[in-house]
Amino acid sequence: MVEFTLPPNSKVGTGKTVTAANNAQRKKIFKIYRWDPDSGENPRLDSFEINLENCGPMVLDALLYIKNELDPTLTLRRSCREGICGSCAMNIDGRNTLACTKAIADIDGDVKIYPLPHMAVVKDLVPDLTHFYAQYASIKPWIQTESPTPPDDQERLQSKEDRAKLDGLYECILCACCSTSCPSYWWNSDRYLGPAALLQAYRWIADSRDEATGERLEALEDPFKLYRCHTIMNCTDTCPKGLNPAKAIAEIKKLQVLKGT
Amino acid sequence: MSLQTPLKRAIGLGSAKEGVHHWKAQRLTAIVMIPLSLWFVCNVASLAGGEYADLVTWIKQPFSAALMLLLLFSMFYHMALGLQVVIEDYVHTTWMKITLLLITQFGSILIGLASIVSVLLIATGD
Repeated sequence: MVEFTLPPNSKVGTGKTVTAANNAQRKKIFKIYRWDPDSGENPRLDSFEINLENCGPMVLDALLYIKNELDPTLTLRRSCREGICGSCAMNIDGRNTLACTKAIADIDGDVKIYPLPHMAVVKDLVPDLTHFYAQYASIKPWIQTESPTPPDDQERLQSKEDRAKLDGLYECILCACCSTSCPSYWWNSDRYLGPAALLQAYRWIADSRDEATGERLEALEDPFKLYRCHTIMNCTDTCPKGLNPAKAIAEIKKLQVLKGT
Repeated sequence: MSLQTPLKRAIGLGSAKEGVHHWKAQRLTAIVMIPLSLWFVCNVASLAGGEYADLVTWIKQPFSAALMLLLLFSMFYHMALGLQVVIEDYVHTTWMKITLLLITQFGSILIGLASIVSVLLIATGD
């Protein structure tokens, strides 16, 4: 059965409190999920009060300030710090988003930061995305063609109108915010592909140059791979890039109907 | 311990190559139930306060009986499809999932058939 409560070894306790904003005008408390696989202890919620004058405006800036100045053991993924790599996806203030594009000023009260929900945790804010990436690989995210490859000095042509059909799809950075916000993905991620992989699948179905549309639709027609989507719409609600995975999934379902009608 | 690759696990048993029929049937039965339910409620309301014989006379009309059968079929078909989705969503122990699916699917067929037979008995009775 689905588990609605955390297993005993995942229950989050209270951690340490660090105060580093004694007489600061602008200060904020960051409550951060911590778990160290080597300690054998349960996860805990550490509290860091920091002077906002000491760091940049985004949540990632605060996390890096804490890591650099207060607790070097804080573990997180980050790379581009401008919302294009998808590494720093985490649950901030109850919502999956990118730490680098989430402004501290947009959050009322304490800032609570957890790893992406319902994923196995590697350490602290780092979730295990192995299966998520494998699901992406399983939808064959590359162009497949039957027509002969054009000569070296030519390209596979695409009209401007057809290129426009990829807008809202190609921008996906695979940060996993959408899939890990989806209850269907929480309960059935072993078989359900989830919004990210399905949006990517539609990106290739919608590509006028790809000639494997039929095979792609066939591979997706499955009660679990595709039809676990119950249009809950958390994916679209949470996407930090403003994309609409729910619509992409709906388009796939429409094409499945058209295929047999 | 499993030495399977992550891709092998992600692919699983592959595509079942079915699901579109279930999806279509669930939506079509939902749509058809909107006018049928309105029709049913309006007619039952108009019979309020009447005699048992009035209701029987109403059911005996060919269109009333036919629409009533359609409503019952859509309703129990929709119910079976919906229960199947809920069980597949939340029950992950294989034997329990299959047992619950069998019970709910046969149960839906049984009470659906009983309702349909009831309408037919009233419609064709003396």
